[in-house]
Amino acid sequence: MEILQEYGSLLILLTALFAFFMAFGVGANDVSNAMGTSVGSGTITAKQAIAIALIFECAGAYLAGGEVTETIKSGIINPMDFVENPEVLVLGMMSALFASGSWLLIASRWGWPVSTTHSIIGAIIGFACITEGANAVRWGAITGIVGSWFITPLIAGVLAYGIFFIIQKLIFDTDRPLRNAQKFGPYFMALTVFILVIVTVAKGLKHIGLTLDTGDTVLISLTLSLMSLVISLFYFRTKKFIRKAHNSIFDGVELVFSILMLMTACAMAFAHGSNDVANAIGPLAAVVTIVESGGNITASAPIAWWILPLGALGIACGLIIMGYKVMATIGTGITDLTPSRGFAAQFATAATVVVASGTGLPISTTQTLVGAVLGIGLARGIAALNMNVIRNIIISWVVTLPAGALFAIIIYYILNLIFR
Amino acid sequence: MAMNNILGLFAHSPLKPLQSHSNKVTECCSMLVEFVEATFKGDWDMAETLRAKISEAERQADLLKREIRLKLPRGLFLPIDRTDLLELVTQQDKLANLAKDIAGRMVGRQFSIPEPLQDDFMTFICRALDATVQANRVIDEMDELLETGFRGRELNFVNKMINELDSIEDDTDQMQIKLRKMLRDIEQNYNPIDVMFLYKIFEWVGVLADQAQRVGSRIELMLARS
Repeated sequence: MEILQEYGSLLILLTALFAFFMAFGVGANDVSNAMGTSVGSGTITAKQAIAIALIFECAGAYLAGGEVTETIKSGIINPMDFVENPEVLVLGMMSALFASGSWLLIASRWGWPVSTTHSIIGAIIGFACITEGANAVRWGAITGIVGSWFITPLIAGVLAYGIFFIIQKLIFDTDRPLRNAQKFGPYFMALTVFILVIVTVAKGLKHIGLTLDTGDTVLISLTLSLMSLVISLFYFRTKKFIRKAHNSIFDGVELVFSILMLMTACAMAFAHGSNDVANAIGPLAAVVTIVESGGNITASAPIAWWILPLGALGIACGLIIMGYKVMATIGTGITDLTPSRGFAAQFATAATVVVASGTGLPISTTQTLVGAVLGIGLARGIAALNMNVIRNIIISWVVTLPAGALFAIIIYYILNLIFR
Repeated sequence: MAMNNILGLFAHSPLKPLQSHSNKVTECCSMLVEFVEATFKGDWDMAETLRAKISEAERQADLLKREIRLKLPRGLFLPIDRTDLLELVTQQDKLANLAKDIAGRMVGRQFSIPEPLQDDFMTFICRALDATVQANRVIDEMDELLETGFRGRELNFVNKMINELDSIEDDTDQMQIKLRKMLRDIEQNYNPIDVMFLYKIFEWVGVLADQAQRVGSRIELMLARS
């Protein structure tokens, strides 16, 4: 208790620093998975990817990141178990944050694929188990979260398969593919906008003070998507576009999908921001709530206003300072990923991730994207997929949970020594 | 770092190398026209040069074939069967081998097609080469097939092309029958060994067309099994 009063602001400052460190890591490394398919298919350059990610990751983090932050803050462990020793919870969250941040750094140095979500959750479970025992962990919620890690790639896969099939039937498998692409493209655009807006508005805007009922939500979403429909309808008919879309039959269609892919790249950045920012600021939110209420742990407390922006800022910095280098190594050599495939995969992923963010589930964007790509592969839309990479990714995830827990335990003991 | 993130998931497409191999094989076979013309004129030096060129093209095709085989490890998830693809490359490569053999044996014997048969023989060999060109066209359509997920209109279009291939091969069969008849009528005037050799040449050119049709059937099987 005394620790909290004595070191309160120092603790908040330290935690904020760790959170920034972690958000920086997310921006530097994780984003390349979200934007990778866009850069790899040649739709946008690395510089443009950074610019898009900057705007939309921050927007996603700020506008739609609240629910998942809530889950990480108090959905994984039962805060009430720490009522007697609130400082344990504080130190624990700090160590979880520092642990997963360091794990992120180490893993990316060594080139291992890493899931920020898995590491923070592993870290939190780690410190909870050694302090208040295994009862402090909400195993029910954990089962749900782990379950979602298996279900989301499946959903994204099915969705991607479906979209690809629809695209084939409506556009590719017709007499006049280009005409149909120009006709139906805007509807896909509108659909993307609709899903993004409706999930954001329905769930995310409470913390900036906007509460809307269902009717208003649907209205806003419909309006914005109709706007995008009209804009894209006009664009596809302009002379400039028609001149570009000339070569072989399918080249023109792919050009239409390039534009759509630009849109879904923004959606991917938005979705990624909304889900992954919580990995950095969830623990920070917990610490701030406890310290500012003087050690009182209440069942639910609003997130302090400056926390989400801090997370967004951290991601932005990581993106600008290190993200460019990472993105540049991706290169644009993957000509085998055509925009129509990229669009289907990204749309399915962004939709799944945004809905998961809306329901507060912390999931892995990379995993979901892999599921979507596999879905299209099953529809025989992709020339060749390397299944070994999937094996590597799965191994790294299995390793990350215990690694995060281990690191967190070690750092907790260190912090304990320092502050007690 | 790079290859363990999402983009490591996408492997190199085997379709482009397949198309390069097909182009190289067709190039190799098409040199036979010039070669046969040189033998008609009795210009055996020129014929030898062309034979060397055909051999070189066949060697390059072999290199491409090996590359394709090396780049198809088992861990790849492909829209078409891996064994079907490998088998297709093998069959396609045989076309180049056949062209090399025909050129080699003709130069070896330095015996050309008799005057009365030359025109019909030229038509015959051109029709056989049409078959190889048609097979090449089918392979060229693979890009578009991938775009449309190997179904629908594009698939029907490709199947039609394969049917055309069958009728071209049929034509060559008819032409071969006619040539053999024409040879039978004049075979007394020539050395028996030379005549047997001529029958063999007709047979080999027929096999060339057969092989091109076999390539078409392989592709049909590959697409049908999906």
